Amino acid sequence: MDYFYAFLIGGIMCVIGQILIDTTKLTAPRVLVIFVVAGAILTAFGWYEPIVKLAKNGATVPLPGFGYALAKGAMDGAKDGFMAAISGGLKNTAAGLTAAIGFGYIVALIFTPKSKR
Amino acid sequence: MSKKQQKQQPQQAQQQQSKKPNKEVTKQYEQYVKQFTPKPKYFSNSLKAFVVGGCICAAALYIQNLLMDKGLSEKTAGAYVTVILVCTAQLLTGFGVFDTIGKFAGAGVFVPITGFANSMVAPAMEYKKEGPVLGVGAKLFSLAGAVLVCGITVSAIIGMIYYFIK
Amino acid sequence: MKNKIGKQTLQFSSMPRIIGAHALVGEKEGKGPMAKWFDTILEEDTYGEKTWEKSESKMLKQSLLLALQQSGLDKDKIDIILSGDLINQIMSSSYMARDLAIPFLGVYGACSTMTESMTLGSIMIDGGYATNILVGASSHYCTAERQFRLPLEHGNHRPPSAQWTATASGGMVLSANDKGDKAVKHGKEVKELYISHATIGKIIDTGIKDANQMGAAMAPAAVDTIIRHLSDTGRSPDFYDIILTGDLGHIGKDIAIDLLSGAGLQVSNNYDDCGVLLFDKKQDTHSGGSGCGCSACIFSGYIYKEMRLGKIKNALLISTGALLSTISSQQGESIPGIAHAVAVTTEGVS
Repeated sequence: MDYFYAFLIGGIMCVIGQILIDTTKLTAPRVLVIFVVAGAILTAFGWYEPIVKLAKNGATVPLPGFGYALAKGAMDGAKDGFMAAISGGLKNTAAGLTAAIGFGYIVALIFTPKSKR
Repeated sequence: MSKKQQKQQPQQAQQQQSKKPNKEVTKQYEQYVKQFTPKPKYFSNSLKAFVVGGCICAAALYIQNLLMDKGLSEKTAGAYVTVILVCTAQLLTGFGVFDTIGKFAGAGVFVPITGFANSMVAPAMEYKKEGPVLGVGAKLFSLAGAVLVCGITVSAIIGMIYYFIK
Repeated sequence: MKNKIGKQTLQFSSMPRIIGAHALVGEKEGKGPMAKWFDTILEEDTYGEKTWEKSESKMLKQSLLLALQQSGLDKDKIDIILSGDLINQIMSSSYMARDLAIPFLGVYGACSTMTESMTLGSIMIDGGYATNILVGASSHYCTAERQFRLPLEHGNHRPPSAQWTATASGGMVLSANDKGDKAVKHGKEVKELYISHATIGKIIDTGIKDANQMGAAMAPAAVDTIIRHLSDTGRSPDFYDIILTGDLGHIGKDIAIDLLSGAGLQVSNNYDDCGVLLFDKKQDTHSGGSGCGCSACIFSGYIYKEMRLGKIKNALLISTGALLSTISSQQGESIPGIAHAVAVTTEGVS
C-alpha cells in the first residue's frame, strides 16, 4: 500500500507541474521555484506533514519535498534557539545539496553537451 | 501579460492589418494567434508525467526500504535516497540522455529532485569552455540558484517566525 | 530619386547578379525534405571544432568560400563581405572575417540578416562602390539555444509553438552586371540571376512577449513588407513564381496567409516559408525551423539552383527577423518583428 500512495501522490505532483507548464507561460526554472516555495509554506502551516506520512517518498522526492525538508529543518531548529532556526533548513538538506553541487561540478567538468537530433 | 506600455510606432501604413501595439490590440492579436497555435497534448503529457513521476517516487521508496532494512535510520536512508537520485540524474545529464527522457516524460522527471539536479548540470556543462571557475563553477547555479535562494530564504523566514512564536 | 519607387522599395537599375551560392547545413537539416538542394551537409554538428561558436564560424566561412569558388572569382576580387549571425555581437561573422582578410561590414538583423545583407550588397554594387560582394548569414542550434533559451541538456518540454534554430549557413556572391558573358555550367548555358528590387521593412511590434511564439511575432512584419513591396512595384502576387518568407514556421505561415487574404491578396499557391520547408513534421521541430541560416540556406540552395535551371523565373524572398535580445526578453519587453524583401529574377535587362 505504501508503494501505491508513493506512486499516486508523486504522480499527482508531476501532473500539477505538467499542467502548469502546458497552460501557463511559466518557464521551467519558475515552476521549480514555485514548487519549492509552496512546499515550504505548506509545511509551515502543518499541511504537508500528513502528505509525507501518507505517501513517504511520494511526497519527499518531488520538489515540494525539498521545500518541506528546508522548512522542517528550520522549524525543528526553532526549538533550539535563533541561530538554529536560521541554519536548520540548510542543515537538514546539506547532504543532498552537497552531493548535487559536488557531483554536479565533476559531471559538468567531464562531459560535454551534444547536439540534439 | 499586459502590464507595460508598448514601443513607439511610427505612423501606420494604410493597410488594414497594421497594428498599433497598444494593450488592446496586443490582446486581440494574442487571441487571434491562439487559433493558429496547436494545443499541447494535455492529456497524454499529463499521463506520461504521472506514470514516470510516480515510478520515480515508488522506486525511491523501494531504495529507502532497502536501506532501512540494512539498519539505517529513516533520516539517513532518506538522505541516501536523495543523493542517489541526484547523482543518477546528473550522470544521465552528462551522458546526454536526460533531455531525451525529459522530452518524453516532461514534468515526470522535472518535478522530482531529478529535475533540480538536471538544471544544475545542464548549464554548467554548456559553459565548460568558459573555464572551471567562471564557466562551470558559476553556471552551476544559473538556473538552480533561484530555487536555492528562494527556498533557503523562505525556510529562514519560517524558522524565525517559529522561533518568535514559541 | 530615380532608384526609389513607392515608399520603401529600392529599384536597382543596373540589376546586380548573383553569380555563386553555397548552402551548408547541419546533420538534422540534412535529413530533412530539402536535403537534395544543399551543397554541403555536415556529418556532425561540431564540424571538428571545440566550441559551438567556432563550429558556426567555420560553417559561415566555408559557405562563403565555396560560394566564391563556385562563382569562379578570385578572393582578391572581392571588395566587401557583408554577413551576420545571432551570437553575441555577431561573433561568428567577425571571426570568419578575421580569417579571410577581406574588408568586412557586420550586419545584424536577427533572422532577417540574409536579405538585409543582400539588399546592402546590391545597393553598393548598384551605386558603383563595389564590383563583387560576398554576402552570408549563419545560425547554429547549439549556440542560439543556450543564448536565447535553455541549455541543451536541460530536460524541458518545448511547447508546440516553439521553433528549431537551424544549424545552417548560406553564402552568395553578388557581382556587378557587366552583361555579355553568359553563365555556363557543365558546358550548359544556365540562367543568370538578377536582383531587381529590395523592400526595406519597418519594425512591427504586436506586443507578443513569448520567445516561443516567434512566428506569430514576425508574421505581421512579413505581411507588411509583402504588401508594401507589391504596392510599391505595382505587381500582383501572381507575378512571382514563389514568395518565400524566412522563418515564420507553421504557425506564422498560417497567420501570414490569413492576414494576406484579409488584405485581399490570395497567395497560398505560390507562397511558402523556409522554416516550414526545412524540416519534416516527423523531425519533431514543432513549428518548424528558424534562425538566420534557415532562409540563407534555402535561398542559396533551393531557390538559387531552381532559378539557375530556369524553373523559377521570379522570386520574392522575405527574411523575417525577431529583433529581441536576451536582456529584452528577461525584462519583459515585447518582440519587435522585421522583414526585408528582395526580388530576384532571371529575366534581366539586356
